[in-house]
Amino acid sequence: MDGVLIMQGKSPSSGWQLFGAIKGLASSYWITLLHLFRKPITEQYPEFKRTLPARTRGKIILTRSPDGKERCVACYLCSGVCPVSCISMAAAESEDGRRYASWFRINFARCIFCGLCEEACPTLALQLTPEFEFCGTDILHFVYEKEDLLVAHGGKNSDYDFYKHCGIGANSEKGRRDNEKEPVNIRSNMP
Amino acid sequence: MITLLIKLASLLAVVLLLTAYLVLIERKLLGRFQLRYGPNRAGFHGLLQSFADGIKLLLKEDIVPAGADRFIFIYAPAIVAIVPLLLLAVIPFGDTSILMGKEIPMVIANLNVGVLYVLALSSLGVYGVILGGWAANSKYSLLGAIRATAQMISYELALGLSLVPVVMLAHSFSMVDIVNAQARYPFILVQPVAFIIFIISAMAEAKRLPFDLPEAENELMAGFHTEYSGMRFALFFLGEYINMIALGALVAVFFLGGWRGPLLPPVIWLLLKILLVPFLLIWTRATLPRLRYDQLMHFGWKFLVPVALLNIVFSGGIILWMGS
Ligand code: SF4
Ligand code: SF4
Repeated sequence: MDGVLIMQGKSPSSGWQLFGAIKGLASSYWITLLHLFRKPITEQYPEFKRTLPARTRGKIILTRSPDGKERCVACYLCSGVCPVSCISMAAAESEDGRRYASWFRINFARCIFCGLCEEACPTLALQLTPEFEFCGTDILHFVYEKEDLLVAHGGKNSDYDFYKHCGIGANSEKGRRDNEKEPVNIRSNMP
Repeated sequence: MITLLIKLASLLAVVLLLTAYLVLIERKLLGRFQLRYGPNRAGFHGLLQSFADGIKLLLKEDIVPAGADRFIFIYAPAIVAIVPLLLLAVIPFGDTSILMGKEIPMVIANLNVGVLYVLALSSLGVYGVILGGWAANSKYSLLGAIRATAQMISYELALGLSLVPVVMLAHSFSMVDIVNAQARYPFILVQPVAFIIFIISAMAEAKRLPFDLPEAENELMAGFHTEYSGMRFALFFLGEYINMIALGALVAVFFLGGWRGPLLPPVIWLLLKILLVPFLLIWTRATLPRLRYDQLMHFGWKFLVPVALLNIVFSGGIILWMGS
């Protein structure tokens, strides 16, 4: 009503204005009153726990490949990308040439659960899980060592194995992996 | 003497308990208005929340800012909390009852200028706010205090003017007489305009939404009590809620017939009527956004005061006409 009158270059009479104001007030009071009698939409947390999506960014785990070996190759990419520098480790190498972390430490007291480490990890070793209920009062309790982080399963990608696709020939000969052709013999490579 | 002390003690106990629970009621109701539950963890349905808050506030550090005027800073919150408590002294909470052959008036002080006492006290409340805001020596506090002062003084006028027809109807300034004058019907039926003006001015007096400019969180942090912490902050907080109860009591006495009501005992009726105003204030808080400062002033001076004056003239005319 007001809008139309203003477009015609007239201002609404004060009677109309008062009526509109009272109508507006009454309708807003009515709506809030209706809300008073509706059921709250709150989920009461400790009693009701909603199932979180698999990709929720919570506590970090180190997963294993299908053959049970540690996936982490101690490439330092996760500790490099971490914006709060809360991942530290030392690289080591086993006899077959496969790299691993001799120790691996995440300080959850500093972690901001941004998930950048998971994105950086080339072997899908490091994964964030929906688990988030691990608060405590002792700050040292949040420093997780490799034993605390390592799990017995493959996490979100249980059938992925980095060494099946690439990497040095620790597990299989070059050219024998999935999606890989035999190496070309350059000496016999005649047209 | 003994009876007076008993009355004082029981009134104080009831009011303070009511205040503590009013905070909880407000948080619960506001939660429900916004489709939340509100506090429900401390005790059964959150019933111990008020005590938890009280203990927390008592244990907090009491900070006096470096540049503050110490003496005023420390005593200003007391004014805010005491004024509405004093106001409750003139509220009658029952008919004169006879106990062991003695007449006991169910009011702490039956002042023959009760209405003037109430208005004078509500003006005093401004001092707590402006002194607290000024003494803190912070720009937010000062701005909040200035706003509060201007707002409370403006709306006091409308508050006082809306009570004139009530006094004309009751032929008395005494609260007891005003309640007695409503023996047949409450004044809200004959003075709806005065009732609405009183309620709106009461919202402004209590510094509640939509008139909470003195504490406008978005611009002024917390307005005049920005620098307060711990128990002194709690006193400001308490004062605000006791004020809500006091205003509820005033509305009950002036417009709703005080303790009068069928069936239930007078004190229960009075409590029910008192709680009506806090409910209205909470409902309003859940509904209306904050006014702009110029709108607030315009509304007070250019709308409420003229309407209140017109109401006095009309009521006076009608009373004269009916009387003759
Ligand atoms: S989630 Fe973010 S902060 Fe936490 S360890 Fe990974 S990169 Fe660092
Ligand atoms: S990015 Fe992955 S593979 Fe590399 S060190 Fe971190 S967890 Fe190990």
